[in-house]
Amino acid sequence: MSKYDHVGATLAIAKASLRSILRSPSSVVFTLAFPLIFILVFGFIGGGGVKVDVGVAPGTDTANPIYKALAQTAIIKLHKGLDTKSLNQNLSKGSLDAVLQIKSNGYVKTGDGKMRLTSGNAPYTVNVNYTTSSAKGDIFKSIITNIKNEVNIRFMQQVLASRSGGDADAAAQAAAGFQMAEVRESTITGRAYKTIDFILPGQLGFSLLSTGVFGTAFVFLSLRITLVIKRFFATPVKRASIVLGEALARICFSLIGALFIIIIGHFAFGFTLVHGAVTVINMLILSVIGLIVFMGFGFTVSGIAKNESSVPPIANIITLPQFLLSGTFFSIDNFPTWLQPLSRILPLTYLNDAMRKVAFEGAGLGDVTHQLLILFIWGVVIYTIAVKTFKWE
Amino acid sequence: MEKQPIISVKNLVKNYGDFEAVRDISFEVYEGEIFGLLGPNGAGKTTTLEIIETLRDKTSGEIIVDGFSVDTNAESIKQRIGVQLQAAGYYPNLNLSELIDLFSGLYGIKKKPLEMLEMVALTDKAKAKYKQLSGGQKQRFSIATTLINNPRIIFLDEPTTGLDPQARRNLWDLIIKIRDSGTTVVITTHYMDEAEVLCDRVAFVDGGKIVGIDTPDNFVDKLVASGFERKKEVKAATLEDVFIDLTGKEWRG
Repeated sequence: MSKYDHVGATLAIAKASLRSILRSPSSVVFTLAFPLIFILVFGFIGGGGVKVDVGVAPGTDTANPIYKALAQTAIIKLHKGLDTKSLNQNLSKGSLDAVLQIKSNGYVKTGDGKMRLTSGNAPYTVNVNYTTSSAKGDIFKSIITNIKNEVNIRFMQQVLASRSGGDADAAAQAAAGFQMAEVRESTITGRAYKTIDFILPGQLGFSLLSTGVFGTAFVFLSLRITLVIKRFFATPVKRASIVLGEALARICFSLIGALFIIIIGHFAFGFTLVHGAVTVINMLILSVIGLIVFMGFGFTVSGIAKNESSVPPIANIITLPQFLLSGTFFSIDNFPTWLQPLSRILPLTYLNDAMRKVAFEGAGLGDVTHQLLILFIWGVVIYTIAVKTFKWE
Repeated sequence: MEKQPIISVKNLVKNYGDFEAVRDISFEVYEGEIFGLLGPNGAGKTTTLEIIETLRDKTSGEIIVDGFSVDTNAESIKQRIGVQLQAAGYYPNLNLSELIDLFSGLYGIKKKPLEMLEMVALTDKAKAKYKQLSGGQKQRFSIATTLINNPRIIFLDEPTTGLDPQARRNLWDLIIKIRDSGTTVVITTHYMDEAEVLCDRVAFVDGGKIVGIDTPDNFVDKLVASGFERKKEVKAATLEDVFIDLTGKEWRG
């Protein structure tokens, strides 16, 4: 009889397991659908950054330059057609950040193209109501002030131009003279840190956590209970081949899932990949490292759980705190200080951290050795426990 | 013809803590026969089988399977036996062809799934999942997985429990066919009519001990010779014969 092929047996198990995973709705939902749904939700609501909602009071003159400038400002959303009562309601609830009213003061253009004021007032009066329910009023205040200044200067140019008989250059110079000071605004062009850049690595980490813990725990428990493993033991296969084959299948599946999430995130939501393919490969390597650690939790759960219905509670004790506290949705810097040390114990925190550094900051694996070291320590600890608790029959 | 023992069990003992599941059992299984282990539940049949199959450690005793000792050559034994477990499941979400592929890999052997399924008349179920099969089909499939490695011996633990009379007869035909192709069969069952039809020799196990070992014919003859009489007058047919007569012999899947 020829020598027994351990590699072949391992691969046979990996192939069977991968087929089984791909056909199991729960693993596909947890690894792909959940993260994608979260990415979709956050991708859409977080896409444009800050938005200021401004109500437009009835009777507002919309034909003036101030209104037009506001309408062109990307972060301002003007809500027209609301009556005074609902404007006030929305303002006090904070669903509107400000209410705007622009009145024309009888400034007219005469037949010869010159401007004339009907009274001694400014041509337009802009009334703005803010609310204490929203902090975004300040943003609007600074925008409208900018617009006001610009419009005033342009108006002054026009007035002067009409006085100086159409000499625009002279008018501009004169207008510039009216300014006491000039503010020059500039913004450095850095990489825009988008919501997706924060959310995607977190979702990827969570996907790996659930595949690693739930997937591994369920499969080994059910193989043990349904005596599939016992039947395997009646063949010459080694235990190591069974564990390795299952791990291999899960790694393959998670890599496909991670690649899928990264590609959708990149092309549909502009997820930042600083060094392109190199960054993707680094992220995939991190995924494998994370998954191996999380599978250790899965092995432990499968050993502790007595039947299939006791898997979810035990697995949730492991996954939920990490889901909430490891910076999956919110940066852990936003947590209260007493909670932060807890966050900084969890392995997913370090996987998420490393992922974000690699993806957004363009770090290499050598730059995240601190995170990798902590994951490694977790790996050693959890596999020590797994070896003690794991049951074959 | 000289009968060659292919399995020899000597003074086998298995204790679970204080409980003595198997108490000093010795027997031999001859090459090419169908050997039945009979006895009530909890008598130690399955324990004995699983120790021979190298799935369970023994407390003491000596077991040689096809020339290999379970103590030193468990892997060689695994390569030349086929095992059907009582109530064993199969890898979830895979169809029958894929399961055969998996087992081929586990045995390190290349086998065409359809060839294996044809032996147990399940080619039309190649794309079906194990749990979609009927009871009889499940048992036939289990037997197919025991044959993948061209074993010298197969072990069947209560293969016909829960099957209807047609499926049972159909399985008997299959088991006899396997024996006729040269494979030794060790089987446990609770149906004495089955043992009578199938087994070349049977051993009765009770309370962890063998209380008798012989051919079914000899057992019956000895009992009759001892003056035993059935309480009821023996009819020329049984109710099961009526069942088969009324519902036909053909396979019901």
